[in-house]
Amino acid sequence: MSNAAPKAVVIGGSAGSLDALSQILPALPQSFPRPILVVVHLPPHRPSVLAEVLQRKCAIAVREAEDKESLEPGTVYFAPPDYHLLVEPDWRIAFCADAPRLYSRPSIDVLFESAADVYRRDLIGLVLSGANSDGALGLHAIAAAGGTALIQSPREAQNAAMPEAALRACPDAAVVETRRIAEVLQALADEHS
Amino acid sequence: MAAPTEGIELRLLLEAIYQQYHYDFRGYSIASIKRRLKQALERFECGSISRLQDKVLHDPAVFPSLLGLLTVQVSELFRDPLYFKAIREKVVPHLRTYPSLKVWIAGCSAGEELYSFVILFREEGLEERTIFYATDINADALKRAQDGVYPLDQIQLFTENHRNAGGKSSLSDYYTAAYGSARFDRSLRARAVFSDHSLVTDEVFGEMQFVSCRNVLIYFDRDLQNRAIGLFNDSLVRKGFLGLGAKESMRFSSHAEQFTDFVREEKIFQKRGAI
Repeated sequence: MSNAAPKAVVIGGSAGSLDALSQILPALPQSFPRPILVVVHLPPHRPSVLAEVLQRKCAIAVREAEDKESLEPGTVYFAPPDYHLLVEPDWRIAFCADAPRLYSRPSIDVLFESAADVYRRDLIGLVLSGANSDGALGLHAIAAAGGTALIQSPREAQNAAMPEAALRACPDAAVVETRRIAEVLQALADEHS
Repeated sequence: MAAPTEGIELRLLLEAIYQQYHYDFRGYSIASIKRRLKQALERFECGSISRLQDKVLHDPAVFPSLLGLLTVQVSELFRDPLYFKAIREKVVPHLRTYPSLKVWIAGCSAGEELYSFVILFREEGLEERTIFYATDINADALKRAQDGVYPLDQIQLFTENHRNAGGKSSLSDYYTAAYGSARFDRSLRARAVFSDHSLVTDEVFGEMQFVSCRNVLIYFDRDLQNRAIGLFNDSLVRKGFLGLGAKESMRFSSHAEQFTDFVREEKIFQKRGAI
């Protein structure tokens, strides 16, 4: 297969997802062949130290996304608080300050739908622990565009509501145990690159 | 639908809007305009962007309402209170040295930012010497800015923001509540000029001491961001101030060298003086 078409991974989570991210991201190598975009629901009115904290544990680069920057492989981009994170057709980051969706800005659905539009089948989407149903429609959009849908096992998620909602919207998605997620991402990324 | 087709339809629609109505969205961020168009397709019951284009070109009632959807902004009074606190504590002392002031709120939408500025300037004793220019491309938004009426259930948030911005008065001094709305006092508009102005197609219209343009540039692509920042640069007096949104930067602008960080964490820049 050609490597011409860029590919990406998108991850969304809320309550309880930091534990999962702290297991997944440190297990990925610096050479991970795709950019990874992450939306975690956070309080809107203060700067986030999330990326900074995770970077200390990770080989892969972890930082907060910046408006209109190009997406690079081997880099994890976190959505800033109070902005939606989107992907431009030329594989750059875009922010928008449109109304929150399901009381959330950033919204997982908004990122997933926008990325599905751009990457089509070259996208892997992953829904982690969380207390509402954000991400369900987005994961469905990823699957509908031919991408790969993954869900953290609801039994293991600290908060099962989000993975369960994703599974209802996307019954064919692969349910993955937390400790295997990094390995699965790596295998999928290798297979398609 | 295949994404490539949708991309073609999108570009054709933006071209059609430009040729027929002279609103130029061609340099907007595709990702956010697509998201808004999806809402428009539902509102106008169109199965595709091409069908919407047909309506936009042939049904004169459709475009104004589409324009509203494409340019809608949600904001708050004193959104990001620390931005206004930084203006109060760090910029105002400089502004006091001018006998008269011009402030431009570019992309003022429904006026939340304008009222925030006027209240802050009144508290700091600068209102009387200032003219506030509030501009937007959306006539409906400008009308709402001129009305200054907001849902009452937002007032608690506005009040909290105002306090966190270092407010020296009570926000309730500035509005009257009736029928679920808060109506801001007309005196706040006495020194405001409302005008239709496009950062995409229009030019400089005055010499400003302060330009505030928040969460507008994120909707533009890099070329358009560069044009807008060039416009702000040309509008500002030497040592004038430019305030952007919390996640906006001049990183990709060719005008970046004309400015220095003034309050870095709040995205307040100062135009350089004479070389």
